[in-house]
Amino acid sequence: MAGSNPNAKPMNLTLKVWRQKNRITKGGIVDYQVKDISPDMSFLEMLDVLNEDLLRQGQEPVAFDHDCREGICGSCNLFINGRAHGPEQGTTTCQLHMRKFSDGDTITIEPWRATAFPVNKDLSVDRSAFDRIIQAGGYVSINTGGTPDANEIPIPKDISDRAFEAATCIGCGACVASCKNASAMLFVSAKVSQLALLPQGHVERKTRVENMVAQMDLEGFGACTNIGSCAAECPVGISLENIAILNQEFLAAKATSNNLA
Amino acid sequence: MFPDSKIPEGPITEKWEKHKFNVKLVNPANKRKYDIIVVGTGLAGASAAASLAELGYNVKAFTFHDSPRRAHSIAAQGGINAAKNYQNDGDSVYRLFYDTVKGGDYRSREANVYRLAQVSVNIIDQCVAQGVPFAREYGGLLANRSFGGAQVSRTFYARGQTGQQLLLGAYSALSRQVAYGKVKLYTRSEMLDLVTVDGQARGIITRNLLTGEVEQHAAHAVVLATGGYGNVFFLSTNAMYCNATAAWRAHKKGAYFANPCFTQIHPTCIPVSGDYQSKLTLMSESLRNDGRVWVPATKETAEKLRKGEINVNDIQEADRDYFLERKYPAFGNLVPRDVASRNAKMMCDEGRGVGSTGLAVFLDFADVIQRTSAEAVSQKYGNLFDMYAKITGENPYERPMRIYPAVHYTMGGLWVDYNLQTSVPGLYATGECNFSDHGANRLGASALMQGLADGYFVIPYTIGDYLAQTPPKPVTTEHPAFQQAQADVEARVQKLLSINGTRTPDDFHKKLGHLMWEYCGMSRNAEGLRYAKAEIQKLRREFWSDLKLAGTENEMNQALEKAGRVADFLELGELMVDDALDRNESCGGHFREEYQTPEGEALRNDDEYAYVAAWQYTADNQPEILNKEELTFENVKLTQRSYK
Repeated sequence: MAGSNPNAKPMNLTLKVWRQKNRITKGGIVDYQVKDISPDMSFLEMLDVLNEDLLRQGQEPVAFDHDCREGICGSCNLFINGRAHGPEQGTTTCQLHMRKFSDGDTITIEPWRATAFPVNKDLSVDRSAFDRIIQAGGYVSINTGGTPDANEIPIPKDISDRAFEAATCIGCGACVASCKNASAMLFVSAKVSQLALLPQGHVERKTRVENMVAQMDLEGFGACTNIGSCAAECPVGISLENIAILNQEFLAAKATSNNLA
Repeated sequence: MFPDSKIPEGPITEKWEKHKFNVKLVNPANKRKYDIIVVGTGLAGASAAASLAELGYNVKAFTFHDSPRRAHSIAAQGGINAAKNYQNDGDSVYRLFYDTVKGGDYRSREANVYRLAQVSVNIIDQCVAQGVPFAREYGGLLANRSFGGAQVSRTFYARGQTGQQLLLGAYSALSRQVAYGKVKLYTRSEMLDLVTVDGQARGIITRNLLTGEVEQHAAHAVVLATGGYGNVFFLSTNAMYCNATAAWRAHKKGAYFANPCFTQIHPTCIPVSGDYQSKLTLMSESLRNDGRVWVPATKETAEKLRKGEINVNDIQEADRDYFLERKYPAFGNLVPRDVASRNAKMMCDEGRGVGSTGLAVFLDFADVIQRTSAEAVSQKYGNLFDMYAKITGENPYERPMRIYPAVHYTMGGLWVDYNLQTSVPGLYATGECNFSDHGANRLGASALMQGLADGYFVIPYTIGDYLAQTPPKPVTTEHPAFQQAQADVEARVQKLLSINGTRTPDDFHKKLGHLMWEYCGMSRNAEGLRYAKAEIQKLRREFWSDLKLAGTENEMNQALEKAGRVADFLELGELMVDDALDRNESCGGHFREEYQTPEGEALRNDDEYAYVAAWQYTADNQPEILNKEELTFENVKLTQRSYK
């Protein structure tokens, strides 16, 4: 077919997959064989093949989260051979292709591991903690209507571009999964710095950072010890610079506001 | 009896202003006495839920995703149109309106489209105020680009991730209302039925996708913002979970389904590479601003290329056919999506397609790279080029991309009146879920515009008109209709699980998708459609006798979820075929081979088919009733679309 490498041969692989019935049951690794995997398949299409085989045999398919399969919705979240989203840098699981693997490989597939991300089933985890952090302040408090003309707020292009870079976070949780402390600092900092950089976010910048950090702590995410594995494994390249901005914003807020104890 | 489309009287420029004054208002102190259900949290749903909650209504928002931020709006790349005329290039509300009606091949409602163009300017203001980081110029003001089918630069964008940034903006507004307690958020909850009481929408039945629990929810009004049905085709650019179930269930409870055969095939997608393919990937058509579309000038050259006997970069200019530039000198590579897609298909049908399957054409950036630089191209399209390279393993900076059309958007959807109310009182449909604004073909960068227009600026006004006429008394799930609907949902789930056949949901879905693509896709004819109808009926019978599932209903069971959606696709697919058969003309995305001009362009029949086909459900396996809403055009002259 029309792939990149017409000479690449189909692969046979051994999969070691985390299976767990539900949140309260203990899980474990189960081995599966998959055959005739095309190098042009995406990683999730390879799992589709496994799941179709399982279902035809009357066994329960492996549950995993996925949706857009274009690397933007942030649903997919597999820990592949010990790395969030697998071996390829800057890539979500759905955009990882089997040409990155070789015939005969054994691939270990696990869910994100973090106290704040409990397992729902098999490879699916609950990331609603991220939503609650955004609910704590990841917005500009304006209602619909009554806003000024868009061009009344000129913003220097470099500032706008930096805010955009921070805003591209897809909320997948790879940063948490890659951190030895399961810290959510990169996720939180991306939203804090997007809104701290933009004039629209200035009015609430102090309360925002205080409330979001407080919620992050409440959810049971670990502390940041500046290792940087979060940024190294982030599929969309969210920069560590954001954590520096978050720390600065947080300290400035604590030093000058009376919002929180 | 066809419901009134409720288009306000008066000149088109004044209709919306007058209507906003004439609709009834709900007293501010009474708003908290009304409950509204919003299903779906994409652009249309999140913006509606947030805006309604800001007004003071109690909102329950439902999504089958784990978070509202995952909705498929997030994948829109290119941009959002607005008639700001920031570029001083002759744009106006009227021009955006005119372009949209013409682009839709004169099968949309003038009044709705005009309103869309009017509120488009407010959307940009709203999003910027939320902190959406649109692209900017060095002077700090917003940047624009021109986009497929438009001769002015009215498209606002955030690199190739405009949908993501707009959705995160709407998600932030929604999150704020969740924090205030005005929106109660239900994640991983799938709507499986609509509940009507005395002919009015009164609530929904959902299934919790983690526990399997079937739940009843009551409200004074229900808003469906559940997206389009492109996944009927199995392979599409839609996300994997996109489905028609909520809209289809509402249809079976009385909501008319309008123009189901109007589907959009997007020209710039990455071609299919194998049978295992789970979905297709779209690349923004902004690529057509700089990329040039071509195929080899002769069949012979194309064949040599497909066999690998020659290299693409060795083909001389004279041996290339830039067919869009040749056939449409005025618009060139920027012709509307339906025209671009159909021409690519024609080239492949002529045997001049490329790639090993012959089902692809080239999109070439060599000229623009030479004229500017690879860095300049990367600045504009970097993420799209990276995505292409990741999926195909080829470097688009060095050799032209291969593209082929794929199903992308559905213009058809639940019929709604000017207030976005369906034919069921109290049930509203917004965004891609309704049929209202795009006619037979949607222009690029108009989906985001419509979703947000409906949610931020239309439904907050129009739903009040209905609620003001509904007593502010609490609603509950006490009525027997709720128990009945829940029992029906549970019985259906049981039935799916108990078939115990041999074939998986995906197996049926692929077969259906193949039928739809072959016979109800880029071009259709009566014979093929009749064949497809019979085959779909057969496939549906097989589904209900030979489906294979595993696991139980009381847990996370993704195959069971999929099966329910495929069951609905198997019914909707047949209605799409019926609609395509009824429409004996070609218009926009609906190309009937029997009706074309001598040059092979779509040939409309305005005398007989200038209507919205609104289908009314009767009973299972029975023909639906076709209701016609005549379209009248007072402001735009109907012409043969010409992009030459």
